[in-house]
Amino acid sequence: MTATAAPALVAGRIVLDETVAARAPWSAIVRRGQVLTIVDLYGNQAVDCLLYNAEDTSERYSAPDTIAAQGGIFLTTGSVLRSSEGRALMRVVGDEVGRHDTVGGACSRESNTLRYGQHTKHQHACVENFLIEGARWGLGKRDLVSNINWYMNVPVDPDGSLGIVDGISAPGLRVALRAEMDVLVLISNCPQINNPCNGFDPTPVRMIVTEE
Amino acid sequence: MSTATTAGARAHARAQGGTVVECMPTIPAGDGLSWAETVPGGGYAGKRLARGTTLRLTDLYGDACVSVLLFNADEPWERLNVADTVKVLWQAYIGEGHLLLSDQGRVLASVTAGAQDRSDTFCGTSTLTSNTDRYGDGSPHGMTPAGRELFTLAAAKHGLTRRDLPPCISFFQGVRVGDDGACTWLGSAGAGAIVELRAEMPLIVLLANAPHPLDPREAYTCTPARIEARPGLPTAPTDALWSRTPEGERALLNTADYLTARGIA
Repeated sequence: MTATAAPALVAGRIVLDETVAARAPWSAIVRRGQVLTIVDLYGNQAVDCLLYNAEDTSERYSAPDTIAAQGGIFLTTGSVLRSSEGRALMRVVGDEVGRHDTVGGACSRESNTLRYGQHTKHQHACVENFLIEGARWGLGKRDLVSNINWYMNVPVDPDGSLGIVDGISAPGLRVALRAEMDVLVLISNCPQINNPCNGFDPTPVRMIVTEE
Repeated sequence: MSTATTAGARAHARAQGGTVVECMPTIPAGDGLSWAETVPGGGYAGKRLARGTTLRLTDLYGDACVSVLLFNADEPWERLNVADTVKVLWQAYIGEGHLLLSDQGRVLASVTAGAQDRSDTFCGTSTLTSNTDRYGDGSPHGMTPAGRELFTLAAAKHGLTRRDLPPCISFFQGVRVGDDGACTWLGSAGAGAIVELRAEMPLIVLLANAPHPLDPREAYTCTPARIEARPGLPTAPTDALWSRTPEGERALLNTADYLTARGIA
């Protein structure tokens, strides 16, 4: 596999361009009006994402408010990523994949023991990344809520059956998010190896912030 | 009755005792119950419940929408995780036989009665912002309170804040998801529908009764719900529910492991 050298999805002056190692956390404040482009460098890499109002982190991303306001569970171009107070944190302004998940949540050591068995207890997980990276900003366990999973594919069957299935992303595909207020973006580059969310092979992703 | 003097004011206040309205707690609960209360539309309630308690909710008139949050009463930073509840158990529509999971791989409560097509794990409850857009107001002191505002008040009475309020599960109003991801509101099953949750560990339960966010009706429409909690026993290894799914069994085993170490199994 080779990484695709993809530029930002929305043209602008680059203020940040970083690669997040496989399995690693990442965070940054994206100022109002700036655009964050996430690049799935190697394809089908779940990027777990939480958003906070940078001025008051008690206001944070809300999956149900986002779903209820748009009347659907998939995130794509036009989706407004809403807060626990119903306000717009970010807006999806570009998407080369088609749909992303916000139902499946983040993997954790604890939920891995239920999903796969106690032998997975000491495997790294997204909640570990959220906790250690969040701690840098004064956030703790109480601040973690249902998140966004960029590039993850979670269909709901007619009978309500739901699960993480093979992804529909590919190397180099991008999603772009415009900040509607100053937003703290907390990322876990998902380390899961027990289901198809990362193609059973966690890989790096690229984060580019641009502004006009 | 004059309230110009202390004696008059006291007599006036005391004369109100014994008044009965529909939406109020029943104290003592009686009939072997540990909690009996009727919550109005636009109202909230909360309680600490002993392990094994069965909490029965009844939609009295067919327009209740009761959103529920659950916390480990001893360590409330362990709380309902809706994403894990649907993902780990491979099922988004919650009904009888489902387990409500915490973020710690344990069972907070099991669902012992309830229609799978009349619950919602997707849309949460309303906010001050959404109800102000929808009805002109979402304040608790107004006529169209938002669910999150009600939860904020319920949480405060257990020392919890907005930071402690994750996404909730709602009962009595159903939602279906199409292939394209679109959510369709099903409405309620009608008057008399019940949901029962059994506490699998000591819980703080918060309830907010507010219209479902997808309820298309122009008017704020939400009717009273009855709460009746009864002491009982938690799920045992001999119960069918214990081994209904491998994921659920591991969750119940994790819960037993936690309670054993804690000394309260």
